[in-house]
Amino acid sequence: MTPIEVEIQAIAVVVAVSCALPGVYLVLRRMALMSDAISHTVLLGIVLAFFVTGDLASPLLIFGAAATGVLTVVLVETLRRTRLVREDASIGLVFPALFSVAVVLIARFAGSVHLDTDAVLLGELAFAPFRRLRAGGTDLGPMSLWVMGGILLLNIIFIAALYKELKVTTFDPALAAALGFSPALLHYGFMSVVSITAVGAFDAVGSVLVVSLMIAPPAAAYLLSDRLPTVLVLSAALAAMSALGGFWAAWLADASIAGSMATFAGGTFAAAFLFAPGRGVIAQARRRSRQRIDFAQLMLAIHLLNHEGTPEADEENREAHLGRHLRWRPEFAQKVVRRAEGRAWIVRERDGLLQLTEPGRSAARRALSVEV
Amino acid sequence: MSVRASERTRAPRVVEDEVKQTAAIEVNDLTVAYRDAPVLWDLDLTVPSGVLMAIVGPNGAGKTTLIKAILGLVPRAAGEVRVYGGPYSEQRNLVAYVPQRGSVDWDFPTSVLDVVMMGRYGTLGWLRRAGQRERDAAMAALAKVDMVDLASRQISQLSGGQQQRVFLARALVQDARIYVMDEPFQGVDAKTERAIVTVLQSLREAGSTVVAVHHALQTVPEYFDWVALLNVRLIASGPVAEVFTDENIRRTYGVPVPRANGTAAGDMA
Amino acid sequence: MELVRDLFFDYTLRTVALGAGCLGAVSGTLGTFAVLRRQSLLGDAISHAALPGIVLAFLITGSKDTLVLVLGAAVAGWIGTLLVLSVTRATRIPEDSALGIVLSVFFGFGLVLLTYTQTLPTAAQAGLDRFLFGQAATLLMRDVVVIAGLGAIAVLVVALFWKEFKLLAFDREFGASIGFPMRRVEVLLTTVLVVAIVVGLQTVGVVLMAAMVVAPAAAARQWTDALGSMVVLSAGFGALAGVSGAVISASAQNVPTGPTIVLAATVFVLASMAFAPRRGLVWEAVRRRRNRRVIRADAVLEDLYELAGQHRGVAHGHAIAVLETMAGGRRDVRRSLAKLQVRGLAVAQEDGTWSITPAGLEAAERRGRIGADS
Repeated sequence: MTPIEVEIQAIAVVVAVSCALPGVYLVLRRMALMSDAISHTVLLGIVLAFFVTGDLASPLLIFGAAATGVLTVVLVETLRRTRLVREDASIGLVFPALFSVAVVLIARFAGSVHLDTDAVLLGELAFAPFRRLRAGGTDLGPMSLWVMGGILLLNIIFIAALYKELKVTTFDPALAAALGFSPALLHYGFMSVVSITAVGAFDAVGSVLVVSLMIAPPAAAYLLSDRLPTVLVLSAALAAMSALGGFWAAWLADASIAGSMATFAGGTFAAAFLFAPGRGVIAQARRRSRQRIDFAQLMLAIHLLNHEGTPEADEENREAHLGRHLRWRPEFAQKVVRRAEGRAWIVRERDGLLQLTEPGRSAARRALSVEV
Repeated sequence: MSVRASERTRAPRVVEDEVKQTAAIEVNDLTVAYRDAPVLWDLDLTVPSGVLMAIVGPNGAGKTTLIKAILGLVPRAAGEVRVYGGPYSEQRNLVAYVPQRGSVDWDFPTSVLDVVMMGRYGTLGWLRRAGQRERDAAMAALAKVDMVDLASRQISQLSGGQQQRVFLARALVQDARIYVMDEPFQGVDAKTERAIVTVLQSLREAGSTVVAVHHALQTVPEYFDWVALLNVRLIASGPVAEVFTDENIRRTYGVPVPRANGTAAGDMA
Repeated sequence: MELVRDLFFDYTLRTVALGAGCLGAVSGTLGTFAVLRRQSLLGDAISHAALPGIVLAFLITGSKDTLVLVLGAAVAGWIGTLLVLSVTRATRIPEDSALGIVLSVFFGFGLVLLTYTQTLPTAAQAGLDRFLFGQAATLLMRDVVVIAGLGAIAVLVVALFWKEFKLLAFDREFGASIGFPMRRVEVLLTTVLVVAIVVGLQTVGVVLMAAMVVAPAAAARQWTDALGSMVVLSAGFGALAGVSGAVISASAQNVPTGPTIVLAATVFVLASMAFAPRRGLVWEAVRRRRNRRVIRADAVLEDLYELAGQHRGVAHGHAIAVLETMAGGRRDVRRSLAKLQVRGLAVAQEDGTWSITPAGLEAAERRGRIGADS
């Protein structure tokens, strides 16, 4: 591997992890699409900051852009509070408008500068290593790596320092208010961090990838675990994997690195969606068919219990009638009866009548929590 | 699409007894599960023709689920539903549904009359437009619930009681024989409550059947003549005088609701 | 004026304006249902998800014909919607996350394909990236025909299935209970929404199409309470935004059309939210101030009445300072007094004090009998 390839991968991994960490909270707080909105509107912040400083490499750009991110949130909230439009419509109104303003400004006033709108979407990760950070004549490495590393640190500190507060405001806003946290302050602080991350990542990988890295790895992690610390770690790991895998695929196919990383992030989510133990689709299907049999045995026991001692019992408590009354196919009914027999819940009498055993009866009662 | 019922004449009381032999609604061995946890267990319920029946039970008892299962709005794990002896899917036009008020967004841009006319869409079928006949039918239904002056009112400007009356009118316009209602008295003012009860009783006089999920135990004997006590299982059902006993009520409400398997979504350590 | 003439005689401007106008009308129509069903951002997801479909259509057929590309976009958009639905239904992932995943991953994959085609010997891919931001200026009459044709079909479907769509949007379960197969109706509406979105991609681009679905409908909602009027108004606002965006962008230098159309639509929404009668914020504020002034004037009248009772005489004048103290220190007592004077209920004395008139006495007593808040 050439040094440049190493550097690009390092940047990619740092970017990915920086996005995934706050992304966990975006997914849990149902604010995923705000990341989409912010990643578009920060362009306006960059443009305005550029007009002020005239310098594309100025650090002011990050603050200008981060401020726009918070502005986005504020505008969406304001619109929503008028109660004339709903929240989803508010988002769909604010970010295209701000983005349009940015595009128009760029086209009219900054056309000569390399503030290319294509770069907005794609980023230019391949060029990132060429902007170096120099201090006192020594080359300290790619600028992006330093900037993004700083942002990653910011994210880690924010999440670690405000871990409890974030957790409470995410899962129990009522409790948070009762405990005296200002959820609004935390909310805007959090959105500022998200905006700063989006801006930093923007420069390297463009707005599309930011969204995919903020949402797909955390969503995948959410399917794999119930515990917040695990979800955070898993999201970071999956994001890093997407970064590396995406990089190599793009390098081989000579295609957009950002797009490739996004695709890999999607791939990790797809894998989790299908194969996650317990919550994945395949595991669910398997559990459902197992439960259907277990469930059906319980239903059989309850059915027998309900009709026990009644005049219809003689007619109803037969395998043949299960088909009619419980709407079971004969093969299924047969399987259920046999399983129930195997568990010693029922016995089949010579004339075909099904009788509950004591274990069967108590199982049925337990399911119903009925005292007799 | 549903088959149109060919006759809707009101049979005289003597012949009605014969019709009464066929129950309005018959539910057999109904079981409904949500994500593999039982919500309704092995339910057998008969709703005789021409009664005003209340379905009562604690929260989570499955009352709304029962209504929706009867109407085919939720999938059944087992069991069947018959309406006047035939499967529900073929007898749909005999049944009118009055859902909970909270089930729609009342900020939707539409008028009272428009909502009531939606009740006629079923008979119109695909593609055909609502016309004068549907308008007249809707106005007649609005007259029965005393909402004619509000016909062109935007639904977001209605009070709770008025909203409930609109839903009732939407059901009345369907010319059904059976009315299935979900908490029709929830959150309405006393005047509306009395008005609705009057309408329901007049429906019964005309030979229709009403089944309503009811939230207030104290008014059951006053408004209804039949009751079903439900808590995942059917505890008891029958005429109010016989079945609405302290013992049965205790058994319905005093018994812990069976726990669902598995925890709910979104729980994190 | 020159602009208007150009609109009719300049081929490019005419084509672009026509295309943009049609697109606006169609997206406004379908957007009404999306907004009412709280699915505004589904439009955003569909438009982003369309990108790989466009590129694949080109890769497979080798053709850059608009109709072919639109078809590819529609298929991809549809698959994206299906995936959102299945993720939401099968797992605990919330809908907005599902939308975000489909949006960004499909789009990223589309970019991979796009950059891959750049490496192909056929440099023809250059035309594909016009779908990213839209390049309305490159619209040909043929493209406009496609937009208008597909758009007309979409609008026709809405007209035909009007009551079914209304049921779906307002009370889906009730629709099911009267016998309509609501899932199939939903499939139909979603399909038509996908069509409406993909026809607009060439004009405003993937990123901005979401606004064309949301803004016209949001604007229309402020002006009417009837669904039919809302759809018509929404189509109108959309068309107007399209045409004015095209015209403005043509008349100015270096102003891209797509964003201009979106900004025009946004202006319509904001203006509607501010100035529409009844719902408009400006009228709301005016009404509230008027109410507040009336309430304050009534309170001052009451104070005068009380003072008159204490001093046994209507003619006795009272200093404004006294009234201000009774009013809890609020400064607009003067304005209230002026209003009362106009109504003949109070009168200013020569020495600057104020007293209640006999008419004012009567009014205050009447109010006292009816109650403070009638």
